[in-house]
Amino acid sequence: MKSIFCSRGRQTFPVEGWREDLRVDGRGCEDYRCVEVETDVVSNTSGSARVKLGHTDILVGVKAEMGTPKLEKANEGYLEFFVDCSANATPEFEGRGGDDLGTEIANTLYRIFNNKSSVDLKSLCISPREHCWILYVDVLLLECGGNLFDTICIAVKAALFNTRIPRVRVLEDEEGSKDIELSDDPYDCIRLSVENVPCIVTLCKIGYRHVVDATLQEEACSLASLLVSVTNTGVVTCMRKVGKGSLDPESIFEMMETGKRVGKVLHASLQSVLHKEESLGPKRPKVGFLG
Amino acid sequence: MAVEMRLPVARKLLSESVGRDTKKHLVVPGDTITTDTGFMRGHGTYMGEEKLIASVAGSVERVNKLICVKALKTRYNGEVGDIVVGRITEVQQKRWKVETNSRLDSVLLLSSMNLPGGELAEVQAVFSDGAVSLHTRSLKYGKLGQGVLVQVSPSLVKRQKTHFHDLPCGASVILGNNGFIWIYPTPEHKEEDAGGFTANLEPVSLADREVISRLRNCIVSLVTQRMMLYDTSILYCYEASLPHQIKDLLKPEIMEEVVMETRQRLLEQEG
Repeated sequence: MKSIFCSRGRQTFPVEGWREDLRVDGRGCEDYRCVEVETDVVSNTSGSARVKLGHTDILVGVKAEMGTPKLEKANEGYLEFFVDCSANATPEFEGRGGDDLGTEIANTLYRIFNNKSSVDLKSLCISPREHCWILYVDVLLLECGGNLFDTICIAVKAALFNTRIPRVRVLEDEEGSKDIELSDDPYDCIRLSVENVPCIVTLCKIGYRHVVDATLQEEACSLASLLVSVTNTGVVTCMRKVGKGSLDPESIFEMMETGKRVGKVLHASLQSVLHKEESLGPKRPKVGFLG
Repeated sequence: MAVEMRLPVARKLLSESVGRDTKKHLVVPGDTITTDTGFMRGHGTYMGEEKLIASVAGSVERVNKLICVKALKTRYNGEVGDIVVGRITEVQQKRWKVETNSRLDSVLLLSSMNLPGGELAEVQAVFSDGAVSLHTRSLKYGKLGQGVLVQVSPSLVKRQKTHFHDLPCGASVILGNNGFIWIYPTPEHKEEDAGGFTANLEPVSLADREVISRLRNCIVSLVTQRMMLYDTSILYCYEASLPHQIKDLLKPEIMEEVVMETRQRLLEQEG
């Protein structure tokens, strides 16, 4: 992403503001910008979601395909992540420019989902050692306005919530060969429980304080950030430091506590909006991309 | 601490009944404006096959015999005498490159500058390829101290006699013609050598800071609703936003409400 070089003079005004808990746009240090979530925007996927946080726009699509399980985890399915930084977001992503950022985000997603409790992978198994569901999660960056990781995680969680995997049965005949039968009813599907899917909270260290949900300008003024992956009960599953600057161990503890607090509120809001959207039923007005 | 999530709402079209008598003639590139050859063609048009065709997307403006198309969203095209706010991006031997939201970086020649700094400048000349040459003519222009920069489309900044405004709410605003708007706390006393070398790095009080944040959010709301920016519209918007909290002004419905009120007041003032 293009680094906006922030000169000393330009930094002073916002840095003093963070000390008094008033950012340039009036938010406090722990306030998020307004988030818009919509699921089921792409019709040919098993699940999809679009999340807009200020000027950051992310689209996630989940496709469920049948495949063979991994050797070491024979009775589980798995998730594959792929992040595409579209050239729409910023001209630096033209050609192969966005590949580095895309790989970094994908690796972070693999890490935070790499534990037993995030997603129940056993439910994705069809028949051990032979067939399982593989969920291909594709993330598309449409616009970059700061705070990418948080938005991507919210979108992935919303898309997994929206994913409907067709129900299949394995029929075994006398010779021992297995046949997979798809249910006749197109609405007969299994859904994943996303209760324990974590969300990332990015805390940027600026001056003496840390802020949540930094805009592009604020990220340019920050030398170090901490990415904390938090579940809905406030359990930290993974932590990563990014940036050239250094962080004091005490401030890391403080940032982690803030991350846990904010993460719990984030999860609660997301759950309520997803349930609200679902309660509107299939007749809800879809806004999509032209709204 | 607040995390607000919501479902998206389709944007409503601006109501036509809000005071516009003549419907604007909107065109896209390639549209025929007129087949009458008696008109002179201005910016944004070209002659093809005996017809006047638009080359940019915007509204048609007619002044007697001159037809031109004013683009709705465009990069800044420099005109001599414009006031611009820019960021120095590159320092070369005899000149500085300034980013002014135009097609090419503008140049600030060291010979046409009063002091090292020179972010606020006047357009002196326009080169043939569209790059603008700036100069800081008097001590009124120069390096800007603490404040907030808001970037908007140049077509939304109204051309006025003066671009420096001291608003009664306690902050000052510089409306650059290139769409860069600088909001800063009003200096306590006007010094003789204002715009001097040293940028003022003293901490700004919380009250001033709140005014500046509020103004910034107001300008962003006006821009989202495509309203022209000038001192009166910004001031009315500020006054209309006072009942709300500063961070609430970022929410779409409050933005709409505040801008509607501003529009009403502006119409009352005109009519």
